[in-house]
Amino acid sequence: METIQQQKVLALNGDEAVALAVKQSDVDVVAAYPITPQTIIVEKFSEYVADGEVNTEFVCTESEHSALTACLAASATGVRTFTASASAGLALMHEILYVTSGCRAPVVMAIANRALSAPINIHCDHSDSMVERDSSWIQIYVENSQEAYDSIIQAFRIAEHPNVLLPVMVCLDAFFLSHTLENVQVLPDETIQKFVGKRQIPLITAHEGKKVPFKLDTANPITMGPLDLYDYYFEHKRQQEEAIKRASKIITQIHSEYAQLSGRRYGNGLIEDYHLEDAEIATVCVGSTAGTTKSVVDTLRAKGVKAGLLRLRTFRPLPVTEIVSALENVKAVAVMDRSNSFGGHGGPIFHEIRHALYDTKTHPHVVNYIYGLGGRDMPQNTIQNIYKNLQEILETNQVKRYVQFAGVRE
Amino acid sequence: MADASWRFTAKEIVEKPELFTSGHRACAGCGPAIALRQVMKATRGPTIVTNATGCMEVVSTIYPYTAWKVPWIHTAFENVAANASGIEAALKAMKRKGELQEHVDVIAFAGDGGTFDIGIQALSGAAERGHDFLYVLYDNEAYMNTGIQRSGGTPYGASTTTSPAGKVIPGKPQFKKPIADIMVAHNIPYVATASIAYWQDLLIKTRKGLEAEGPAFLHVFAPCPRGWRYDTSKTIEIARLAVETCIFPLWETVDGEYSLSPQSKIMALKPERKKLVREYLKMQRRFGHLFRPKFEHMIDDIQKNIDKRWNKLLKKCNIKHKDS
Repeated sequence: METIQQQKVLALNGDEAVALAVKQSDVDVVAAYPITPQTIIVEKFSEYVADGEVNTEFVCTESEHSALTACLAASATGVRTFTASASAGLALMHEILYVTSGCRAPVVMAIANRALSAPINIHCDHSDSMVERDSSWIQIYVENSQEAYDSIIQAFRIAEHPNVLLPVMVCLDAFFLSHTLENVQVLPDETIQKFVGKRQIPLITAHEGKKVPFKLDTANPITMGPLDLYDYYFEHKRQQEEAIKRASKIITQIHSEYAQLSGRRYGNGLIEDYHLEDAEIATVCVGSTAGTTKSVVDTLRAKGVKAGLLRLRTFRPLPVTEIVSALENVKAVAVMDRSNSFGGHGGPIFHEIRHALYDTKTHPHVVNYIYGLGGRDMPQNTIQNIYKNLQEILETNQVKRYVQFAGVRE
Repeated sequence: MADASWRFTAKEIVEKPELFTSGHRACAGCGPAIALRQVMKATRGPTIVTNATGCMEVVSTIYPYTAWKVPWIHTAFENVAANASGIEAALKAMKRKGELQEHVDVIAFAGDGGTFDIGIQALSGAAERGHDFLYVLYDNEAYMNTGIQRSGGTPYGASTTTSPAGKVIPGKPQFKKPIADIMVAHNIPYVATASIAYWQDLLIKTRKGLEAEGPAFLHVFAPCPRGWRYDTSKTIEIARLAVETCIFPLWETVDGEYSLSPQSKIMALKPERKKLVREYLKMQRRFGHLFRPKFEHMIDDIQKNIDKRWNKLLKKCNIKHKDS
């Protein structure tokens, strides 16, 4: 077992923490296009390139669509790749997100979660990445800049794992994390390089029965991204589902291996349970709101209220078993969504949580709060009100409204 | 850059193994399939190919079969130049780390839709960034894969399924975009036009494009019997006529300096050899409606436009022209 390493403490914002993690992970190709609030990641990385601090080939593309394409193609050529985006940029990548996962290219991308237009807005919500939840990318939502740093490093290992081979999106909240200085503990370069290691290329059976590396290799040519019709497409998509399901175990393993170096754990890597063991009421959320919510839970606990929080760290693959066992004994659950599924029954996280709990014998009440769109602040008192409503549900055993909006002028 | 007098011999190219093999599912008489085969005959060593969505991607890689003997990747329609950028960046990174010693060429193939229209942004970006790759446009003048819809490369007057020859509007109302000139304006080291009717010229230009350090662009004229509505045996004849009528002149620029290729230079030096566009148009049913009295004036419009473009090209090539 590795011992916890000596770490430096640096004052970094979330974007800088991401850039540093990419630098330490020995990435071969970074291709990116600027968009607020992701810009600091690429700016900082450009400085590393300009100062000769990295060995990376840095491609400043003319669009996000080309940025992700270049990462995908470089990844298919056999190297480690990274990009970053947000909001409209991620939306422009949409087509290539599916191609990247379908080509089983282990690209890592940081998303500085920002609202989608219109109206145009540069601030935080999760509309941009939530809309990509079906794209077969692993999605990790971080609570703070420290976790952004740690998760990017873990992401390369997860993505490139031969049993996964899928891209990973590490999502950090715009401005609340991307632009806010925080103390970040940083592991030594050599520790990270050793942890991440060199990208291993698995062997596949090519069409002539020969075992060849799964990459564009002139010594062993293979055809990637072919036309695949009704006779094989479905099997390939089925394999992709198996791969993303397998990722859960690998995420927890890598998270735990990293924790032994850093001393930092985020639950089990999939979910973080905050005072859920005896909780009667609980909220569920992703991202930086969890920090504020933890503080509210502490206040409520001090008053004797059995309140808890489930922070979903890994949204894809959805850790269904973990969610069910964490929440099945809670009486009333409020899911907080920082995005909306317009015309649907609540936000995307609500859909998943309520659906996961449907088959439990305990049948907790599950309600939804859409909050914080376009960077609207989520202060403690708004969260306290949510817990207050949960207490009402607990007392009356009745739900008045399943889907509500928190912190909006109605 | 290769010496201009340097040639590929027929013996040499016959003996070279096919990198784009038979067994693909292109139509009989397919111009683009001929273009790909010719280009792949001019490769000089380890090569990675990337293909935009389109006829050539579809016919050559129906899973689990492939016609490619080189590493090949397709990702989407509008981004083949970004694929090439990523591959080239990866190769550079591997070289820097000492993981790759040999030089690997990168070739991107795309049709006219993937180049004139939806792919021009990625192409322009890759050219501006100066990635070392050869972009081959196989131009069959419409979206043939989806069923003959007009593109920015479709010529004036051509009937396509989205510019049909109607009672009021007689085919495509706009002229073809000068894509190769647009690429010259990017100040890239090598740009050329080529035709499948002149294989040796095409092979030499491919090799020059590969040898150029930086982006190279090859615009290949590749007729489509289905889309242009002519007999499958006439593909090469039509491709040749496009050169002989100066509809598709053959030229190249090395570091921005234009020069006419021999097959087109003949037309400049001996204008009597230059054929009339009418001869080219009448062979293809996509232009059939232009021969109705109501629309016949359009043939004159086309002739005038072609003459104007030809004269402009002669100026760029510093050739004094006697009006034909």
